[in-house]
Amino acid sequence: MKANEEKELKKLLKDSLPPFEDTTLRRDLWPAMLHRLEVPPVRVPWWDWALLAAATAIFFFFPGMIPALLYHL
Amino acid sequence: MELLERFAAGDLDAFESLFRQYQGDVYRWIVRIVRDPATAEDLTVETFWRIHKAHARFSVEGNFGAWLRRIATNAALDHLRRSRREVPLPDDISAARQPDKVVNAETRRSIHQAISTLPPRLRVVILLAFIEEEPYAQIADSLGISENAVKVRVFRGVRLLRKKLQQAGVHA
Repeated sequence: MKANEEKELKKLLKDSLPPFEDTTLRRDLWPAMLHRLEVPPVRVPWWDWALLAAATAIFFFFPGMIPALLYHL
Repeated sequence: MELLERFAAGDLDAFESLFRQYQGDVYRWIVRIVRDPATAEDLTVETFWRIHKAHARFSVEGNFGAWLRRIATNAALDHLRRSRREVPLPDDISAARQPDKVVNAETRRSIHQAISTLPPRLRVVILLAFIEEEPYAQIADSLGISENAVKVRVFRGVRLLRKKLQQAGVHA
């Protein structure tokens, strides 16, 4: 792309989508941060992983069960 | 013990000091990418959440500001990826300077649409390089890529943008 073409495109973009001018943060975000820190992380119980592993193993060794399961869903 | 050392050791007071010191900078950077103040506030908190989780990986000799900006850019990029095709660029944001009257409303809509549908990694470099006029070195640093890679993304972004604008009947 030629430099003048790039300049033209840049001008067109800037004319229709001006730079964001008011970039001042209006409020202190620390309370929101504290709230986020207090939320306990989502933990998947170990038996859910065990169930998932068992289901994966069953489908791997008996793939014929997949259409049967889908039929009953 | 220095503030950054205490932060790396997991001290919450040190984290609060850094948060208060840098929250404005992080917000300022993100709002120019996502162009929406409420989203930028959420992403600022998300950025510091990621920082807090990764405190043990921070090297005290490293540049905290650069690390923070990279994480902020990634948080903004993740948001653009998630909200792709859901949220177009905000049209009437009071904080943005009023658009040029020479460009008519239809053209402006086409340009907004074209930029909104760019792949997020190209959209970020186009916004930062062309609209916000950030130096390529700064963009490269914030994305964790080389300056040459930024130039390649700008080239691809411009090519795609031109194609989209041509399809919309805008000559650029």
